[in-house]
Amino acid sequence: MYVYDEFDRSFLQERVVEFRDQVARRLSGELTEDEFKPLRLMNGVYLQLHAYMLRVCIPYGTLSAPQLRALAHVARRYDRNYGHFTTRQNIQFNWIKLEELPDAMADLAKAGLHGIQTSGNCIRNTTTDPWAGATPEELEDPRIYAEVIRQWSTNHPEFTYLPRKFKIAITGAQRDRAAVRVHDVGLRLHKRDGEIGFEVMVGGGLGRTPYIGKTIREFLPKEHLLSYLEAILRTYNLGGRRDNIYKARIKIQVHEMGAEEFSRRVEREWEETRDGALKLDDETMADIRSRFITPDFEKLPDNPLELTIEQDPAFLRWKANSIVPHKEPGHAILTISLKPVGAPPGDATADQMDAIADLAERYGYGEIRVSHEQNLILPHVRQKDLPTLWRALDALGVATPNVGLVTDIISCPGLDYCALANTRSIPVAQRISERFSDLERQKEIGLLHLNISGCINACGHHHVGHIGLLGVEKKDEEFFQITLGGKGNSKARLGSLIGPAVAESEVVDVVERLVDTYLALRTSPQESFIAAVERLGIDPFKESAYAPR
Amino acid sequence: MTSPLQRKLKITGPTVVTANRLRDGIVVWLKADGVWSEDLPEAAVGNTADEVLDLLDIAQADESIAVGAYPARVNIGEDGAVVPGTLRERIRCSGPTVAYGEAVAAS
Repeated sequence: MYVYDEFDRSFLQERVVEFRDQVARRLSGELTEDEFKPLRLMNGVYLQLHAYMLRVCIPYGTLSAPQLRALAHVARRYDRNYGHFTTRQNIQFNWIKLEELPDAMADLAKAGLHGIQTSGNCIRNTTTDPWAGATPEELEDPRIYAEVIRQWSTNHPEFTYLPRKFKIAITGAQRDRAAVRVHDVGLRLHKRDGEIGFEVMVGGGLGRTPYIGKTIREFLPKEHLLSYLEAILRTYNLGGRRDNIYKARIKIQVHEMGAEEFSRRVEREWEETRDGALKLDDETMADIRSRFITPDFEKLPDNPLELTIEQDPAFLRWKANSIVPHKEPGHAILTISLKPVGAPPGDATADQMDAIADLAERYGYGEIRVSHEQNLILPHVRQKDLPTLWRALDALGVATPNVGLVTDIISCPGLDYCALANTRSIPVAQRISERFSDLERQKEIGLLHLNISGCINACGHHHVGHIGLLGVEKKDEEFFQITLGGKGNSKARLGSLIGPAVAESEVVDVVERLVDTYLALRTSPQESFIAAVERLGIDPFKESAYAPR
Repeated sequence: MTSPLQRKLKITGPTVVTANRLRDGIVVWLKADGVWSEDLPEAAVGNTADEVLDLLDIAQADESIAVGAYPARVNIGEDGAVVPGTLRERIRCSGPTVAYGEAVAAS
């Protein structure tokens, strides 16, 4: 956990005072809506279909137990007793009243939380691996660098009014769990000649014009992270389009200019600044590292007796699905599925948040993570406590063993909440989840990422779902385009459209036919859905999806 | 001189003017007396571009009560009841089509 210093705490307090004044002036009529809108957006406040929505930043997806309790408090006191965890590791409250927002923000600030950099054309919250600092496959904890980026980017005078929003993701592990190739900038820590540095990817993104990011520098020494990012941002800020909102992201600039030319311009800019004030020195890095509290891990054996004597089949199924190895012996990383059968993906009630905070404090060194798959993670739990944790989570309704399976659906809020959406997403997710609710069947199907977006803005990451569903509206009826073969990992690829959009009433049947086709054609249970699609292409799936009934 | 708004406004049937209330964001509709209501059946219905433009003028003249006003198509039932004309407006009128929060946790 990173602990804010006095500067950060004062900054948040001042922001609350400033926002309280802005809200008062808007409510009194002193500020017009046109004047107020950019101010509220700088604090994560949107106006959605039914109410204001507050998006709270969860820096690099890391929460302390008191912070999760603060979120529960906001849900309970100012909203309708729940929150929605997002695909950018943040949380949204859907029913906040403008007149109560300053108080909600004041309560959040007491826990070091805020809505800064969750909206507007600025550098957004940097996202990262939810297993950071816990997984044995990690080269270095990427959150240190995410925090460096936070300190550099917050209120950066040059980059507060970019052509469009700007999203950075960073991974320090071999397996990419941060989808770095579909971000404006993706950073991957890797080792070359014994030195650790970054591979820098630029111009990835989803939305209406999806692209996989291009590597513009294979190896960037770590001390140059900020100067190089600044060179990228400056190249974008000066040359990115401001005449057309749909062409204003950096991915369009990189695509139109070509990655080589973009890279050349960045390098030229960087040569001017690389050894300037932004060069990261050991003292700065040591100071930031020192503010990350690393748990004092107990010395424990792997596979303790408490774990091995628990033979309840439901526990064994959950353990096999939701637990992965930790870097410390006797510990584990636990994923809490926020995808119970038939529930809105990524939602948690205030009571669930409070209870999970208690469990994290008691069994998980007080830390919680949010994944871009919209689940929560206890990154450091003792293996001996797993049976107890399972029972507690099961009692809360968040122990469904479906992590990574077909019902672990990523879904945007869709037209049930969002002012931009064309179709609903949640009801489709719920019906798919119910159709595939049988746990044996899910296990038989194996790894399958199904992502749903209610409009072309792609907040549900449908382009990188093994199966992607995109809602489109035709004459006030809901239809869904289906893509196959997308993936968001280190070998990221955009899914291929299999044919015409299908009616909302048919989409669950079509998804089931796609899954059945995979089961019929796979070479063995070891061949995953995505591997089968890559081997077979989309034709056999297309044939079964559109076969006359 | 015709304003750009007038040139663009195309009315295809009975239409109301809707917005979100400034202080809490909830959905409201404009009544004939220029006051905002939380109940769609109380909304003033325009049937021509001129009628709807007049309502929009009233709505947009003062954004101290409601913001983001726009015209929304409605249907008029045989009994004269005013109901939303699109899925989006049905959801705005009646709330999310899915259970949420504790209603989900309890189910």
